Amino acid sequence: MIISAQKSRTELLETLEGKIFVFLIGCGACATACKSGGEEEVFRMEEWLCDAGKEVTGSMIIDEACHIMRAGRDLRQHKAQVEKAEALVVLCCGAGVQSISQNSPKQVVAALDSLFLGNIRRFGQYEEKCSLCGSCILNETAGICPVTNCAKGLLNGPCGGMEQGRCEADPDLDCAWVRIFERLEEQGRPGVFDRVVEPKDWTAKGTPGRRHIKS
Amino acid sequence: MSILKTKLKAGTFVVTAEVAPPKGVDLQGVMDTARKLSQIRQLSAINVTDNQGANMRQSPLVLAGALSREGIEPVLQLTCRDRNRMALQSELLGAAALGVENVLMLSGDHPRFGDHPQSRAVFDLDSVQLLMAVEELNRGRDLAGCALADAPAFFAGAAAAPEAEPFGLMLQKLRKKVSAGARFVQTQAAFDAQKIERFASAAHELQVPVLLGVLLLKSAAMARFLNAHIPGVQVPANLVECLDASSDPLAEGVAIARDLVEKARDCCQGVHLMTLGREDLIPALLDANH
Repeated sequence: MIISAQKSRTELLETLEGKIFVFLIGCGACATACKSGGEEEVFRMEEWLCDAGKEVTGSMIIDEACHIMRAGRDLRQHKAQVEKAEALVVLCCGAGVQSISQNSPKQVVAALDSLFLGNIRRFGQYEEKCSLCGSCILNETAGICPVTNCAKGLLNGPCGGMEQGRCEADPDLDCAWVRIFERLEEQGRPGVFDRVVEPKDWTAKGTPGRRHIKS
Repeated sequence: MSILKTKLKAGTFVVTAEVAPPKGVDLQGVMDTARKLSQIRQLSAINVTDNQGANMRQSPLVLAGALSREGIEPVLQLTCRDRNRMALQSELLGAAALGVENVLMLSGDHPRFGDHPQSRAVFDLDSVQLLMAVEELNRGRDLAGCALADAPAFFAGAAAAPEAEPFGLMLQKLRKKVSAGARFVQTQAAFDAQKIERFASAAHELQVPVLLGVLLLKSAAMARFLNAHIPGVQVPANLVECLDASSDPLAEGVAIARDLVEKARDCCQGVHLMTLGREDLIPALLDANH
C-alpha cells in the first residue's frame, strides 16, 4: 500500500492562510490503514482546524480515493458542503489528491506527504520493497530487489561502502547485495552474478505511467 | 599514449597519488601541489577526484585537462552519483578532447556523507555499466549504439575494497568490472597484509594489475575517525595502538605506510598513495632502503 504521513501543522496553516471554509476528505484504503487519513484522523483534523479558527463545511471518506470516478461521485453527493468551501483539505496520498483535483476546480490542499509503496511488517512498521521501476530483476536476484533495497539502486553488486554486511548509507540496514549473494548461494545458483547487467531501460517505467488493459 | 598504461603493460611498479579540485574557482594552489608531485621520479599519474566524499567541488574535468596540458598525466575519476548516462558519456568525450586518457570509474559515495545530503542521487548507471560505456566509446559508439565522429582511447580502471567481507561477493563485482573493461584496479585503503595478499592473488587470476591503496595515517585519532566514519576503511586495532603509543605518530604512520608499500612491491603492481596534504612525505613512503 501507499505509505503516507501528515504534513506539519505549521505547513498546513501556511497553505490555508486567508481561507476560512474548508471541506475535509480522507481515504478508506491506504491512508486509513497507516493512520494518516482515515476516519479518526479526519475527525482530529477537523477539531484542530476549528481550534485554529477555520470552519469545516463537512467531510467524507472515499472508499479508495485513487478511484477517479468514485471520487467524483462522492464529491457530487456532498455538493452543497463542497460548494461552500474555499479549499478542499485532502488526507490522501498524492494519487488521491489528484483524483480530487481532477473532479473539482476548487483549491486542493494536500495534507499528507506520500512516502513509498510499502510492505507492512506490523502495524506502524512499513518497509519499502518495490520501486515500481517497470522492469523487474527479482528472478535473478533471489527475490530481493536491488533497485529498491540498495541505497544506490546498483544492479551489478555492492558498492565499496559495504562494511560488515551493512549498508553505507544506513548502517542499521543490511546491504541488499549481501542478502542477494547469500540467498543465491543457498539456492546454489549464480543468478545475477552470471552476467553483466546492462544499463536499465527506464522507458519501461514510463512517466507519466498509463496503462489500458483490454480483455 | 598513457604512461600509466605503458608502465603497467611493461610490468613496472607504478605509483599514483591524488589531488582534489578546489572548492572554488582558482586552480593555482592545486596545480602547484600537482607540479610538486610530478617532480617525484617514481610517480606515474595523479588521480583527480570527483566531488569526493559527496562534497561539491569544481568539476574534475577542468583540473584533469589543466594537468594534461602541462604534461602531468591525470587519472580522471568519474562517479555515477551526480550524472546520468548522457552526462557521463558527454563528460568522457570532453575529457578525451582535453587529452585525458586514464579514467577511474566509480559508483560514488552516497550523498548522505557530503555537504549536499538533500540532493537526489542519480545512479542511472553503476560503475560496471560506466566501464561498459567507456568500452563502447573506445569502439566509436555510444551506449545507445550511435556512431561517434571519432573515438577516444581511454585506459579505464576500477576501484575495489580488498578487505571487504564477504570476500566472494566483492570478487563477483570485481570480476564484472574486469569483464566490462577495467584494465587496472586502484584499491581503497587497506592495512591487513593477509587480506591484501588474498586480494592480490584473486586479482592476479583475473589478470588485472592492482595499485594498492596506501593511506598515510597521521594519528590515532585519524585512524579512529576512519574506522567510525569512512565506509570500507578499517584500520586494525594493533595499528591504532601503535599510533597511540608512539611519541611521534606521524613518523609511525609513515613507517606503517612504508611497510604497506613494501607489501605492494611483493604482491601488487603499484601503489595509489593517499597522503592528505602531506605530499612532501611521499618520497619517504617510497624509500625502500629506509
